[in-house]
Amino acid sequence: MPQVSMTVNGRKVSGEVEGRTLLVEFLREGLRLTGTHVGCDTAQCGACVVHVNGNSIKSCNIFALEADGAEVTTIEGIAGKDGSLSVVQAAFQTHHGLQCGYCTPGMVMTATSLLKENPAPSEAEIREYLEGNICRCTGYHNIVKAIQAAAAELGSNRVAAE
Amino acid sequence: MYAFELVRPATVAEAVAALAEDGAQALGGGQTLIPTLKARLAMPEKLVSLGGIAELRGVTVEGDEVRIGGGTPHATVAHEVAKAYPALASLAERIGDPHVRNRGTIGGSLANNDPSACYPAAALASGATIVTNKREIAADDYFQGMFATALDEGEIITEVIFPIPQAAHYEKIRQPASRFPLVAVFVAKFADGVRVAVTGAAENGVFRWTEAEEALSADFSPSAVEGLSADSDGMIGDMHGTPEYRAHLIGVMTRRAVAAAG
Repeated sequence: MPQVSMTVNGRKVSGEVEGRTLLVEFLREGLRLTGTHVGCDTAQCGACVVHVNGNSIKSCNIFALEADGAEVTTIEGIAGKDGSLSVVQAAFQTHHGLQCGYCTPGMVMTATSLLKENPAPSEAEIREYLEGNICRCTGYHNIVKAIQAAAAELGSNRVAAE
Repeated sequence: MYAFELVRPATVAEAVAALAEDGAQALGGGQTLIPTLKARLAMPEKLVSLGGIAELRGVTVEGDEVRIGGGTPHATVAHEVAKAYPALASLAERIGDPHVRNRGTIGGSLANNDPSACYPAAALASGATIVTNKREIAADDYFQGMFATALDEGEIITEVIFPIPQAAHYEKIRQPASRFPLVAVFVAKFADGVRVAVTGAAENGVFRWTEAEEALSADFSPSAVEGLSADSDGMIGDMHGTPEYRAHLIGVMTRRAVAAAG
């Protein structure tokens, strides 16, 4: 079987995969990084979103071999090394941006991407960016609030640093 | 998924050689093909991933045309042509969702020619040229019906050349679950006339609405197409809309596109 190598959350990893092995299968079953979820397996729900070379993608819709040599960040790589939550994660907790939590890894990865691309998004821009992430409990409202709060906090951190 | 071998060539030449083998199929961004494989609707023996070919990616603006590498993702197109060809950037920016736009490619979309895909409308309305590893194909000759194109087996789209129109707009009504157009119309006004391409509506896929083109070439205003209605014969009828509804939407989308293009 072919060998695949990539950097996941800053750590060099490799393993044997089939041609048809999806990136999410390699992450969850090969590396035991089970924070990335599979909600639909049809590339619609976004629970499996990870970052590949800095871009958010659905890890159930890319083969592991296509990520050979790539830098991958999963939800496990978002918190600080000491376990402290990222600003986005903390905002989801504070604003109750989750109920069952199944979609949360994808939501946090997507929100993190959005705020990197657009540090001060409008509510409409947030909702539009969440187009590919489905939540069946919260009604999205608190997710949007959490992302707005994270944007505000990251914005004031930036001002303080200047 | 059935099992297959996946190879990642680094050049177009290597990809063409790999695709010459029996049972080989090209893999672009995979945003349609991978779900198709999961549903066991395709059974390639070998997938030739085009994702590792640097020469297939990139956007250049030269004079009055935009050249887009076949392996360029939608997100890159949205970003890179925003100034040179805003209507095309806006189309790319509204495909699927952010994650799909980071993977899906223009070459993949045009090679698949889904009857509801967005890019075929831009290519046909712009009078684009589809460049492959063997030849150049005019958009008017390229689209040959639902999921059918002029591409031969193993032929790869290396580049798409879009002439930049004087004014253009892409107007779409989205099917909210799939995010594909229910009906969408791309209007492009050039010095020598107006081209109108319709996607999402017809069983045979993207097509030019010639009656509207004639009316708009004489008078580029929404009122010029006020009385025109597209024929519902050959339109798609499904749970989301009847053929008559889609035919009606073609007129509405065209008028809105013209109004927005100014």
